[in-house]
Amino acid sequence: MAATGNVERIVVVGTGECGARVARELRERGFAGAITMIGDEPHTTYERPPLSKSALISDEISPVEVLPVARLAEFDVELMSGTAVESVDRDRMLAVLSDGGEVPYDRLLLATGARARTLPIAGGEFALTLRTIDDARALRAQLGPGRSVTVIGAGLIGLEVAASARQLGCDVTVLEVAPRALGRALPAEMADVLVKRHAEEGVEVLCGVVPTGISRLDGGLAVGVEGFDQPITADVVIAGIGVTPNVELAQAAGLRCENGIAVNDRLRTDDPAIFAAGDCCSFPHPLYGGRRIRLESWRNAHDQAVVAAANMLDGDEQHAAVPWFWSDQYDVGLQHAGLADEAGSAVVRDSGNGSQIRFALALDGRLVAASGVGTGTSTAKDIRVAEMLIAAGNRPDPEVLADASASLKELIKS
Amino acid sequence: MSNWTRACGTDDIDNEDVIPVAIDGHDYAVYRSPDDDYFATDGHCTHEAFLLAEGLVMDNIIECPKHNGRFDYTTGEGKGAPICEDLRTYPVKVEGGSVYIDLG
Ligand SMILES: Cc1cc2nc3c(=O)[nH]c(=O)nc-3n(C[C@H](O)[C@H](O)[C@H](O)COP(=O)(O)OP(=O)(O)OC[C@H]3O[C@@H](n4cnc5c(N)ncnc54)[C@H](O)[C@@H]3O)c2cc1C
Ligand code: FES
Repeated sequence: MAATGNVERIVVVGTGECGARVARELRERGFAGAITMIGDEPHTTYERPPLSKSALISDEISPVEVLPVARLAEFDVELMSGTAVESVDRDRMLAVLSDGGEVPYDRLLLATGARARTLPIAGGEFALTLRTIDDARALRAQLGPGRSVTVIGAGLIGLEVAASARQLGCDVTVLEVAPRALGRALPAEMADVLVKRHAEEGVEVLCGVVPTGISRLDGGLAVGVEGFDQPITADVVIAGIGVTPNVELAQAAGLRCENGIAVNDRLRTDDPAIFAAGDCCSFPHPLYGGRRIRLESWRNAHDQAVVAAANMLDGDEQHAAVPWFWSDQYDVGLQHAGLADEAGSAVVRDSGNGSQIRFALALDGRLVAASGVGTGTSTAKDIRVAEMLIAAGNRPDPEVLADASASLKELIKS
Repeated sequence: MSNWTRACGTDDIDNEDVIPVAIDGHDYAVYRSPDDDYFATDGHCTHEAFLLAEGLVMDNIIECPKHNGRFDYTTGEGKGAPICEDLRTYPVKVEGGSVYIDLG
């Protein structure tokens, strides 16, 4: 284990997925000093993914804890919830709190995450957004049989909310400005599979549609749309148009920000005592030519937590994990590994029963991405293998990839 | 008290793999290790209760197909986040080409 003699106090800003995981990781690595987690939400650590899926369709939204309270106690982690860090005094190495308190640190982790973007149109404030458990509860209270719901944004969160609202008996329409759904997340062919499924469930996804404003109308809401004679009326309007990384704290402390708090591949900022991880940071990805990216995914928050914890304890680990995310809509599970935009060609593996995987190969034959859709977790095993192949820079035989009867697991062994 | 119940045939599971087995409405996951030993655990992950049997088995580890939580299926031990709770395991015996689980 690396020498950590001079690291006695670690302060984590943000008690989301990443912050909580860091605390656990530090203890699992044998760190015996003080760990203080400071979060502005008035809750213990909880997971966000269920908020648009299983939790949203339940009657009562109860939190899935990232680190159960008993574990926090067992790990001797001090959790200060409902407390914002207002500024960081880098000279004196202090986190300054909203209540004026000061918490000294030897290492500081910024795991401040991201916040939902609000609609930049007239009446945009009428649209609900979904990031926190409080947002989810407010949204849940508006959903039910026969309620009409307009979702603005056909990204992952928008489509998950659309599916959940539909499962609760709402009439749902999704509006997307771009020419197609899930443009940022997935290849068009995979997005089509999901959009088709929405259509089967009676959810219309209208692309190339530009909302111009939202106003109150007869106790409900009216969404004006460019080129439409009539506004689209709805009881509830939800905006799922992406997130903005919470960089203000870092920026005010004079740390470099480039589409997120800029860190190196060790997740360290330009200040050697300060690290950033999770949705809030941008980092160079060694598997993708060192290109600076920012990811907004659960797994990235966990993977980076592990690396940040190691390096805060004076380790020297590179963050090189393959980007990976999942989504659930109705009974369809989507899993995606890698980044597709380097791709030269695509190979499809169709396992029947609606399960299919699309592999993206770079011009030199390296596997760079794989997305799978199917019922539940039917493509999970193959996507996991694909992830390992991507990490290894493997050039798999396209014929094996396409042959649903051939075991992909054999490829890792060969 | 032991309560040995037939789960499956030994050939129903590939080497280094897992299958789902439902007995009396309870889901189990039954494993065949690289050394052709057999093991059984509860069928649902302790994280968010997804079924484990579509997960990847490598050596003595099952990875949950949902969020890649890992368990040692021979002991049930959770191997790090997001897993906070170990997985229940069941005694297994092999007789005449069948795998039996002791449901206790
Ligand atoms: C509804 C929903 C569904 C999702 N579904 C999926 C999915 O299916 N698959 C997937 O891969 N990912 C999903 N995600 C994304 C995933 O949840 C995020 O990537 C993950 O939460 C990022 O973790 P984080 O710790 O970096 O940030 P966050 O979880 O955002 O946590 C950051 C915390 O820091 C707090 N904070 C910020 N600034 C301060 C400050 N100055 N002082 C104190 N506290 C501060 C914030 O309030 C927040 O509590 C989903 C997200 C949402 C919202
Ligand atoms: S349900 Fe198994 S890891 Fe989440």
